Amino acid sequence: MIGTNRYIGSPVERIEDLRFLRGRGEFVGDLRRDGMLHAAILRSPIAHGRIRRLDAAAGRALPGVHAVITATEIGAVPRIPLRLLPLPGTERFLQPVIAADRVRYVGEPIAVVLAASAALAEDGVGAIALDIDELPPVADRRASGRDGILLFEESGTNLAMQFTATLGDADAAFRDAPYVRRERFQTQRYTALPMESRGVLAEWDAGRVRMTVLGAAKVPFFNRDTLAAMLGLAPADVDLIENDVGGGFGARGEFYPEDFLIPFAARHIGRPVRWIEDRREHLTAMNHARQADCEVEIACRRDGTILGLRGEVFVDLGAYVRTNGLIQPRTLAQFFSGPYRVPNIRITSMALLTNKTPSGTYRAPGRYEASFFCERLIELAAGDLEIDSAEMRRRNLIAAAEMPYKLARLEPGGPAADTECDSGDYREALERCLAEFGWVDKRTLQGRLINGRYHGIAVACFIEGSGAGPKETARLELEPDGTVAVYVGSAAVGQGLETVMAQIAADTLGIPLDQVRVLHGSTLYLQEGYGAFASRSTVLGGSAVFEGAKVLLEKIRTAAAARLGEAAADVELVDGRARTSDGRSLSLSELAADGLRVDTAFANNNRLTYSYGSAAAHVAVDPGTGHVDLLDFLVVEDVGRIVNPLTLHGQAIGGIVQGLGGAFMENLVYDGNGQLLAGNLADYLIPTASDFPRIRAIALENHPSTSDPLGVKGAGEGAIIPVGGLMANAVANALASFGAMPNQLPLSPARVWQMGPMEGQTSP
Amino acid sequence: MQVSFQLNGEPVEVDIEPRMHLADCLREMLRLTGTHLGCEHGACGACTVIVDGAAVRSCLILAVQAEGSSVVTVEGLSSEEALTPLQAAFRKHHALQCGFCTPGMLTTAHALLTEEPDADADRIRSALSGNLCRCTGYIPIVEAVLEARAAYRKSDKP
Repeated sequence: MIGTNRYIGSPVERIEDLRFLRGRGEFVGDLRRDGMLHAAILRSPIAHGRIRRLDAAAGRALPGVHAVITATEIGAVPRIPLRLLPLPGTERFLQPVIAADRVRYVGEPIAVVLAASAALAEDGVGAIALDIDELPPVADRRASGRDGILLFEESGTNLAMQFTATLGDADAAFRDAPYVRRERFQTQRYTALPMESRGVLAEWDAGRVRMTVLGAAKVPFFNRDTLAAMLGLAPADVDLIENDVGGGFGARGEFYPEDFLIPFAARHIGRPVRWIEDRREHLTAMNHARQADCEVEIACRRDGTILGLRGEVFVDLGAYVRTNGLIQPRTLAQFFSGPYRVPNIRITSMALLTNKTPSGTYRAPGRYEASFFCERLIELAAGDLEIDSAEMRRRNLIAAAEMPYKLARLEPGGPAADTECDSGDYREALERCLAEFGWVDKRTLQGRLINGRYHGIAVACFIEGSGAGPKETARLELEPDGTVAVYVGSAAVGQGLETVMAQIAADTLGIPLDQVRVLHGSTLYLQEGYGAFASRSTVLGGSAVFEGAKVLLEKIRTAAAARLGEAAADVELVDGRARTSDGRSLSLSELAADGLRVDTAFANNNRLTYSYGSAAAHVAVDPGTGHVDLLDFLVVEDVGRIVNPLTLHGQAIGGIVQGLGGAFMENLVYDGNGQLLAGNLADYLIPTASDFPRIRAIALENHPSTSDPLGVKGAGEGAIIPVGGLMANAVANALASFGAMPNQLPLSPARVWQMGPMEGQTSP
Repeated sequence: MQVSFQLNGEPVEVDIEPRMHLADCLREMLRLTGTHLGCEHGACGACTVIVDGAAVRSCLILAVQAEGSSVVTVEGLSSEEALTPLQAAFRKHHALQCGFCTPGMLTTAHALLTEEPDADADRIRSALSGNLCRCTGYIPIVEAVLEARAAYRKSDKP
């Protein structure tokens, strides 16, 4: 770095922790305003139907209830625009912020009750009379594809969008291939489940014509513009403010119906309104994710060299195309081949509407599913061709000499139709993983029955595309107290943004960490900003802070030099003071009077960074119960450059455990009527402290990114990617003697038990 | 109706609806928002507080049931500005990311170590397995609690 600090690369303890550990975090549910009313939302109990009668009179008559808002009060009901991939045709399937006459999923908002307390508002919801004429529901993507029942009759189809990823000539490759295998795979519907549910607190100032919305996250600037347009206000009259955010993982912070309904309610009633989502409504209101199945085939040479991949992927998208709903089907097509050199590809991905909660991005959207599909195929091919699992992958990884490596072209793809892996040595990470894991030794355990359990091992490789554009903003300002205020357009969702940005600023300026204050996620601070998605905050936001800090440093030196009668080159920042070589110095607070300030932005022209790695796992399967014990899990990931090894390690371990939840337990099961059967945390299981105690993560920084000045790559979504494929392959290998084919997630105990010898079953 | 109890060592008296649970009473009536609500059906553990020494889900008991009890919330774990050894271990091991589940983790671990300062990793995992965390994968939380044990052995009150 420029200065003498070494915060970057050090396990700096987080700034954020000091308030969280004392119970002084400030989440949206912790906030209140004088005269504030509480909102509760009546949601559709029916998956598909027409509203015949909605009578809120009894609700309005309850003591403590101040208003009930329905589509009638709203008038022209706005629809929520796409934030990402707003492709032509998708406008037909956008979600209205409230159901006026038609409901398309259980949980769709129908009315908002405003009352003196949350409990009274819920009483009001219960008093509203609602009759819905049921329509036959589209229960799954197969029914959707038949177009027999349509969610949007006027569109004539349930196919919301179709993507095709193409490279080379897949048909020719398959025609001539000596080995071909075709399979079907399926991933279940589940959800990000941040521990803090969503919430909105809106305040309308009629005198100043000003809307202030607290509880924003992830993309406050885009959502400000969206809300302003819906309310007929100028963006400058709307502020979205991010408070402490209890986890995002891609799902929180997108524009949801409530992000309009609550501000509208505040303006309607002329008082502040707060809505805090309860967990039951969260499970039907927040984006779902991951549900996809496919029929795909792989073509190889006899030596295991992959010649081609082709097939069709089907995404069960839910009832509407939400803000980022097309990212999963897009990514499933374009990144199906992962880190492997596959010269001929044709993958078609179809996003199909069903009468379920709409889906959106969840940590490594599409990549987790694609990795499961692709790694299963490769494992099956390796078995057929009698090649060691690790050797099969070694032979097919994109080589360092092939960088930059162009991936399949996407149609329709917009600005991201073409992308290329930027840098790295994928094989290096694989070899390190195999060595640390002890692959050669553990391979002898493959399929063996030891103390009543079958052992299996597996290895998988992945790439994490990250740092999506277009740009990020920052402003650095020297404050009268001598601190540097760093305003960033990035958003914090619990990932330690304040600490990482402070490390970058402090190192670049050569000042102590506690002399930097990071302010984020609020439209009050900056005119524009982009936010926290696609593992982009450190890549783009960090680069903006770095570039801005360099300019501010020069301004500080120049200002100090002018006061001290020296050349700027002779002034250094040491221990938070500007010093000359002859020992004279000025404090930064003295220099603040000069109004030193830098506005900056960093753009990467949509050039993604690709971190990458390999993971290996060892499981023991109990044939009597179907329980899978994870004995060892190791991931090795090269992230270009490590800013904070402590938070990076936390992202890797946390991501893996989320992936294990998806591999083994989490499942948003619907019945044939479109009713969610896993609507609370007793039915929807996520990993607990006892489930997966043995996980190791190693981070490398051998190959810095060439796309940004820090050399960093995104790092929050890598380690989760291979988990589904890895677990399925390890279980398949453990139960190979029974011909186990775990081609469907989750690997629930019942499903695993049925793939084994089915011990305990009465013989027929 | 009136309910009175000891809260973080101080007597409090509050007028509430009988149907109000303790978490809402702490958060909305007494304005101690460190106790978080993650599910309101006893599954996530974020709202865990210590009632007469035992870790209790404050969303599963009515505020009136706290009558005459001694309640400790995350705000009451440390009286001065310095972090307690348990809190410091959480920070050192990066045992929190978004911080939402953290108050419940701290109160649960504090109640455990107060009673069992020699709890081993399996016991700690078992005691924490009623507290959900979506960020950390739990491993650093268990490491932090293991490290904090020493402070609970040295004296009666860390």
